[in-house]
Amino acid sequence: MLKLLNSNRHSNNSIVEMQHIYKTFNKGSVNEVVLFTDFNLNISQGEFVSVVGSNGSGKTTMLNILCGTTEIDSGKIFLKGQDIGKMKEYQRAASIGRVFQNPAIGTCPSLTILENMSLADNKGSTFGLTPGINKRRIDFFRSQLELLKLGLEDKIDLLVGSLSGGQRQALALLISTMTPIELLILDEHTAALDPRSSETVMELTERIVREKKLTTLMVTHNLRYAVQYGDRLIMMHKGNSVIDVAGEDKNNYAVSDLLKIFNEISVECGN
Amino acid sequence: MDVFLSIFNNILEEGLIYGIMAMGVYISYSVLDFPDLSVDGTFPLGMCITAALITAGFNPFLSCIIAFICGAVAGCVTGLLHVKLDITNLLSGIITMMAMWSVNLVVTRGSAVLPYYNQPTIFTSGPIGILPEGLYTYRVVIIAALAVIVLKILLDMYLKTKSGLLLRAAGDNQQFVISISRDPGKMKIIGLAIGNGYTALAGSILSQQAESANINSGTGMVVMGLASVIIGLSIFGKVKIMKATTMVVLGAVVYKACLAIAMLLGLPTNFMKLLMAVIFTIALVSSNFMKKGRNKRHAETPEF
Repeated sequence: MLKLLNSNRHSNNSIVEMQHIYKTFNKGSVNEVVLFTDFNLNISQGEFVSVVGSNGSGKTTMLNILCGTTEIDSGKIFLKGQDIGKMKEYQRAASIGRVFQNPAIGTCPSLTILENMSLADNKGSTFGLTPGINKRRIDFFRSQLELLKLGLEDKIDLLVGSLSGGQRQALALLISTMTPIELLILDEHTAALDPRSSETVMELTERIVREKKLTTLMVTHNLRYAVQYGDRLIMMHKGNSVIDVAGEDKNNYAVSDLLKIFNEISVECGN
Repeated sequence: MDVFLSIFNNILEEGLIYGIMAMGVYISYSVLDFPDLSVDGTFPLGMCITAALITAGFNPFLSCIIAFICGAVAGCVTGLLHVKLDITNLLSGIITMMAMWSVNLVVTRGSAVLPYYNQPTIFTSGPIGILPEGLYTYRVVIIAALAVIVLKILLDMYLKTKSGLLLRAAGDNQQFVISISRDPGKMKIIGLAIGNGYTALAGSILSQQAESANINSGTGMVVMGLASVIIGLSIFGKVKIMKATTMVVLGAVVYKACLAIAMLLGLPTNFMKLLMAVIFTIALVSSNFMKKGRNKRHAETPEF
């Protein structure tokens, strides 16, 4: 009974609500994998959530379910009180910004920085026969690029394909947060970068998230980032959250504690 | 000398007209990364529709526009098959190509060749009257060049609009289009409509030059279009100030020149398609080779 009541609850400060999510891959075959059984997750307005977990724990699948890349077997997904479960991926993207692990996915390599930013800047409006590049916005784009501190503001006519992975990822982060969004999803967005680039991108992430007060869900393999950044920490294992701490409780976790729990879990399933 | 001049004139005439098709193939193949085989069906579609309309007394310029629209609709069919029914890009094109064969036969009322000699065409009516007497021999080249220039400018202008930019993005990175909350499938359909519209228009203009339509004329159009695009982009790709649309038109002219030279050297007509296949292979291989070189340069990007 309590569960039933719970499922109809739309608390006002929850931006994301995933309720009773069930997901099984390759149903009915020998490769059947039951990932989520009655999985629930609530994220409050303005919360910065870090998610860690071993491979196959369901982190990325959770993001894919939120974004609409992966369909669920049953359950409900709300974004700001609106049921988005039936919406297509591109429709959900209107209020969700996402940065992928692969820096090549967040930008168009054969378009220039200016063209990429102009396209992203027009998100939410119609794409008609008016000029693709609004010259009056160039100064705004330059000022945004200056925030990256990579010197890209002087190279706006450069093809994005000729940028390095770190530069592209920084640009992707900027592009996905340029227009108003309800939720920012970071899908291991520093995993493919070298240590220095990944530091820079992570600092940039923190700055943008705090400045724009974005509700953020970040999946990472880097336990230090999970501890250092974010207001709430979730550790996932086999489709469940085994740790879910925020505030004071979260600050009490050190990287070594996490690593210990992480290893215990991994040993359990024979990794 | 006159022989060479007339051959040169011939190459330009056909090269420019096929150049319009090359621009269409450029949109589907290069911009959208979609090898569109329906071109083999939409090229004769443009021819047949023009022949039927002009025989029925329609204005030739209006016939061109109608041919463009019919080609665009056929392109939409290919796009819908691919996007809505999840059929692979090659097979979607083949399905449309096959269907067009019957459509074309219906348009020509069952005849494989539909001549309309001495009817008004864009080469014999309208503004052609202001052309000085001495240039009359070159009227086809002049009109074709004008058509190419207008169509090229229109296409360049479109590619700079918001919709055009989104089309380029859809061919480049579908996930990016999704992330700015747009449907990449819709952009594919629009691109295929433009590509096949241009192809049908090229068919329409070529049929008015020949004053007849032939439903067999579509065979090999995909290969010709792709070869023109690849030759154009690889030969002129290094010229910074030249737009890709110009390159592919010049590619079509170069391609036609290759065929003409082979004929001059005494290649039997039966070997024509074989030669087309060989040229296409060479173009593909050399463009792969050049791409490898280009990638090497990309590796030397500035440090983060």
